[in-house]
Amino acid sequence: MTGALTLRNLTIAALVLVLALLPLYVALTGDRFMLTLFTRIVILAMAAVSLNLILGYAGLMSFGHAAYLGIGGYTVAILCFEGVTSAFVQWPAALATSALFALIVGALSLRTRGVYFIMITLAFAQMAYYLASGTARYGGDDGLSLESRSGFAGLINLSNKTTFYYVCLVLLFASIVLVWRLTNSRFGLVLQGVRSNEARMRAIGFPTFRYKLAGFVIAGTMCGLAGALIANHTDFVSPAMMFWTRSGDLIVMVVLGGMGTLFGPVFGALALLFLEQFLPAAISAVVHPFDPASAARAGEFWQIVLGPLLLVVVLFARGGIDGLLGALSDRIQRARKGGHG
Amino acid sequence: MVDALLHVAGLCKRFGGIVATDDVTFEVPDGELHAIIGPNGAGKTTLIAQLSGQLTADTGRIRFAGGDITRVPAWRRSHLGLARSFQITSLFLDLSVLDNVALAVQAHAGHSFRFWRNARLETGLRQAARDALEAVGLGHRAEARASLLSHGEHRLLELAIALAGKPRMLLLDEPMAGLGPDESARMVEMLASLKRRYTILLVEHDMEAVFALADRITVLVYGRVIANGAPDAIRADAQVRDAYLGEDADV
Repeated sequence: MTGALTLRNLTIAALVLVLALLPLYVALTGDRFMLTLFTRIVILAMAAVSLNLILGYAGLMSFGHAAYLGIGGYTVAILCFEGVTSAFVQWPAALATSALFALIVGALSLRTRGVYFIMITLAFAQMAYYLASGTARYGGDDGLSLESRSGFAGLINLSNKTTFYYVCLVLLFASIVLVWRLTNSRFGLVLQGVRSNEARMRAIGFPTFRYKLAGFVIAGTMCGLAGALIANHTDFVSPAMMFWTRSGDLIVMVVLGGMGTLFGPVFGALALLFLEQFLPAAISAVVHPFDPASAARAGEFWQIVLGPLLLVVVLFARGGIDGLLGALSDRIQRARKGGHG
Repeated sequence: MVDALLHVAGLCKRFGGIVATDDVTFEVPDGELHAIIGPNGAGKTTLIAQLSGQLTADTGRIRFAGGDITRVPAWRRSHLGLARSFQITSLFLDLSVLDNVALAVQAHAGHSFRFWRNARLETGLRQAARDALEAVGLGHRAEARASLLSHGEHRLLELAIALAGKPRMLLLDEPMAGLGPDESARMVEMLASLKRRYTILLVEHDMEAVFALADRITVLVYGRVIANGAPDAIRADAQVRDAYLGEDADV
């Protein structure tokens, strides 16, 4: 992170400002929907930031990261169902169960690599999905509603949507700061060395497995906290939040935003959820003049647009949105230098 | 000799029907430069991989500095003082040159479960890495991305990474591979300066370099040792000339 006044840094500053001031916009316009949408964006951005730690920085292609959203969420929901509503119990419990699950999955999956690693992480996530589906006491397939949001002994009221948004935003920023410190620490350099060339890391003296496992557990725990937030956001948990396509969404956010970049996952979450939200209406509007009858249904096929968009990013902009911003910044800087010279 | 730094006894490694290492026995006394030569496919790289721990021998024993390391994992062998370089350049291409070497220093500076402090600002790690880069003449390239270096610079960086862990013994797998005549000459000079300070096992195709540098030479053919001795003896060995150096070998 350099402090230079580049297009990329300005965009990041603008993003932070927009996120911080969003409730003000909502208060002025009364557009409550935007607050709900952005709360969701902020929470899923946090999940994507956590996935980026292992996917982007350590090169570990985990295809089961949504499991931690579900585990964190279900821990909160089950405790609430059983009468424990204090966040001081619920949230640490959500972190602990996520960490334990990550420890087990990591201990087995990190001994393999490539396709096998992807398959094992996927298999564990699907196991969590079916476990939730099959547990009748906690709603099974139908999911489980929360009677009340996590309580902070009257200090913070999460039922206030603005307060809840700011709690989520502070936790998102905290996780970004954590990833920033981690990735520049000794530990983070080891993860990046593993991504770059694991065999060489072992040859120069690193027992790589234990570092990968630690990274895997940290990422899973962070995502478990995002899960606890999601449960509070929707007042509801269901097995669907752990389904493998949700893990795919998180990967898309990281790749779209820029793997191994600090703010990439936030851009990715913002982009994906905006597309999901507004692309259907846009498609309908385009189709409408030609075929009014099927315009409404056409919107359901918004992923037909998302697919090629992802393809373009993977083929032409490997660094994702963050990479594009970086390339544009460089171009502007060069043009400026050229102008002066 | 009991006090040799490295003992290899009866080492065997097969891949399916192919015997890559066939009952290899030799030893390298402390401070000596021992060269391994042999035609392509003789099993030289496979041998280095077993010594450094990327591959595990099927049978046989490896002793290093008085301890049996046959089953010791690669990362721990590095901590015992064995450092290897790779024939096919194996670096951290997306990190800076200095990061490449600093990682090797860090591997030998306690554990890396340190999560908060910026490792790139740890002067101890950085200075040791800069010293290793200076030692191979790459000091001026420290801040460049490793992927931007020339092939010759990559070979030097390989060496700097191996040196950064302050090893007792270097396992060098064709450090001259792909170098032009000038770069080769400089690499030979470099190796000559490392000789005696480190015990060295050198695998190399450049015969001129091998005969100029080596105290002893082991000749491998099809995974088997066909000769072992001082350079002059190897040069005169009829079997070696026949199998490897060729009738008109001019060495």
